[in-house]
Amino acid sequence: MEENFNALLSGKTGISVIENIETIHKDSIKVGEIKKSNEELLQQLQIYGANDFSRTAMLGAIAAKQAVENAGIENINDYKTGLISATSVGGMDMTERFFYNYLENEENRRYINANDGGNSSHNIADYLGLQGTVTTISTACSSAANAIMLGARLIKSKKLDRVIVGGTDALSKFTINGFKTLLILSDTYNTPFDNNRKGLNLGEAAAFLVLESDEIVQKENKKVLAYVSGYGNANDAFHQTASSENGEGAFLAMEKALKVSNLSPENIDYINAHGTATQNNDLSEGRAIERIFGKNTPEFSSTKPFTGHALAAAAAIEAVYSVLALQHNIIFPNLNFQEKMEEFDLVPQTKLKEKNLEHVLSNSFGFGGNCSTLIFSKS
Amino acid sequence: MKKVYINGLGCISCQKTFDTDFLEEAVLLENQNKNVVSAIEPVYKDYISPSAIRRMAKGVKNGIVASAMALKDASISQVDAIITGTGMGCIEDSEKFLKAIIDNNEEFLTPTSFIQSTHNTVGGQIALGMQCKGYNFTYVNGANSFESALLDAKMQLENDENASILVGGIDEHAQYTMEFYKVAGLIKNDDETNFSVLNSTSEGYVSGEGAAFFVLENVKSANSYAEILDVSIFNSLEINQVEKEILDFLQQNLVSLEEIDAVVLGYNGDGKQDDYYKNLSEIIFKNLPQVYYKHLSGEFFTASSFGLWMASKILKTQTIPAVASVNSIEKESYKTILLYNQYRGKDHSFTLIKHADA
Repeated sequence: MEENFNALLSGKTGISVIENIETIHKDSIKVGEIKKSNEELLQQLQIYGANDFSRTAMLGAIAAKQAVENAGIENINDYKTGLISATSVGGMDMTERFFYNYLENEENRRYINANDGGNSSHNIADYLGLQGTVTTISTACSSAANAIMLGARLIKSKKLDRVIVGGTDALSKFTINGFKTLLILSDTYNTPFDNNRKGLNLGEAAAFLVLESDEIVQKENKKVLAYVSGYGNANDAFHQTASSENGEGAFLAMEKALKVSNLSPENIDYINAHGTATQNNDLSEGRAIERIFGKNTPEFSSTKPFTGHALAAAAAIEAVYSVLALQHNIIFPNLNFQEKMEEFDLVPQTKLKEKNLEHVLSNSFGFGGNCSTLIFSKS
Repeated sequence: MKKVYINGLGCISCQKTFDTDFLEEAVLLENQNKNVVSAIEPVYKDYISPSAIRRMAKGVKNGIVASAMALKDASISQVDAIITGTGMGCIEDSEKFLKAIIDNNEEFLTPTSFIQSTHNTVGGQIALGMQCKGYNFTYVNGANSFESALLDAKMQLENDENASILVGGIDEHAQYTMEFYKVAGLIKNDDETNFSVLNSTSEGYVSGEGAAFFVLENVKSANSYAEILDVSIFNSLEINQVEKEILDFLQQNLVSLEEIDAVVLGYNGDGKQDDYYKNLSEIIFKNLPQVYYKHLSGEFFTASSFGLWMASKILKTQTIPAVASVNSIEKESYKTILLYNQYRGKDHSFTLIKHADA
């Protein structure tokens, strides 16, 4: 996490040429890749011998474990604890490696079970020793925001005392080729909200946060890093993959989140935008931001030039970044921006900026018209 | 806190579960001479345009039709939210796109199957068709994918965040995935037929598919099937932990074992895996009417949605179809039903429902 924060402060991007996956698109795309092999990740997890961990599960287990340690949790089952994870590719990285091979020989058949999204969460939960409530959300690129939303609701409804929430997605040929056929992959570094933006860079990542009830905080005298004060999910109901031009779903999601938090738009000090740098998203999101905030839009930026778009994990990374922003009173820059979009007057924050932040709003949108907004507030 | 009612049902499965009363034409899947059994298709063109029928995979179509049936049954045309569960997601389109990548070495690809491979395609397409701009979630957590959706809906209805929610479980077969499941020993060998799900000792199950949708509302209606009292999920439990967890679950809901009128169990004929149920059948549930359903629905990650469909029908019709009875115990009336499901020791779920008028 410290490495992430330092990169955000120094403007150092995590986008590079792909190394871990053999793909014919190697030279025509750039990605946010974690430069560790599966063998190195397993070693880091101290998992030896046969296992059915997909790369998605490995990344998730590392991040979830860090979150649990960071929250000072010693016994994972001492309170009613849940894990809500998000993934879009699940174990696709293994399925695409061994697809025909499964029928030909036995060696890799243990990964057959790793294909479904739930398997990565099971592996993470088992790695943490968590027996209780475990589930997985998959709503494409808004998935992790929805995991955080469910976690907050489970605590609010007193169903659980503590919930580990977040998401994990590994890079795969499946997603690389999928987004490639949709013609929304940039051949260079992604440039959110720029008039000449060329598309997104895919990324891989896992990020988790620990949500705890007021009761735990009081009883254990815990230091609160930030509050989840608002959340909203809405459906654009416009097209399976494209967002509506007026950003209806995004508008509704932000409106709901503001209502849940009892805040008005003027209270939001910084927007961590979804900002994928596709033609469609940035226009739709920008329009929705304008509809909510009017002429008084606070500083906003997309941090995807640092990380790439990590699909189901994206909102979890950005939730962590939002909390870091609140803790340090810093707005992270929207790298690579040069020219304002012609459709509106919105200009993202391009330089690192110090500002007292009380409330940060974070957007995440996905296929299927899925639109989510979270609001984080200073503790 | 508001109460949560099941006010409408729609079910597409390996049985005739639409245009029918209640399983009067039931067929045992273990006698089908195949261990991957397809769902009985509704007349799609009554619900979906011909061009969309050609484009959409079976799971999406079944989801759209089952949700439309549930809305019609509940006599409503719009809901505040849509929440789905699917263990494997849109696996047919995933396979299609993946095969194209591998077979053509990443060239000559078209985006259609990629677009439709996303797990939330069913929820998204239902929303698009209904123009429902509300909350829209999809759970993909193996055998509790459907119960996760149910739990989420229940919390929102209780807190009155939404007043009506469409909740469904959907899974579909796809050629290669089923072959993989066979070589992995999850699905029984093709040559094994004419066995009894309740007494099978061999590994594996018969695989089914389908979609079951429920309209949940926080007001009772003339069509209410049941009130949902509680839903609980567990990542993993040992066989010897289940009894205690069930008793704790009932106690939290102030319901005693004696007040349970029937239990619906997820027996799937997978040898040792069914010990989770047998253990209960023979001890704490010994004197209760016991119901099973996977010999009718087949096993799949959201088969438990068929179980809830069946439990809802039992409460409404006050009968347990003979084909679904584990034992011969009957009750004069059926008011409270407990459902228990798990998959290979993972994703346990307890669901407690009672008659809407009880």
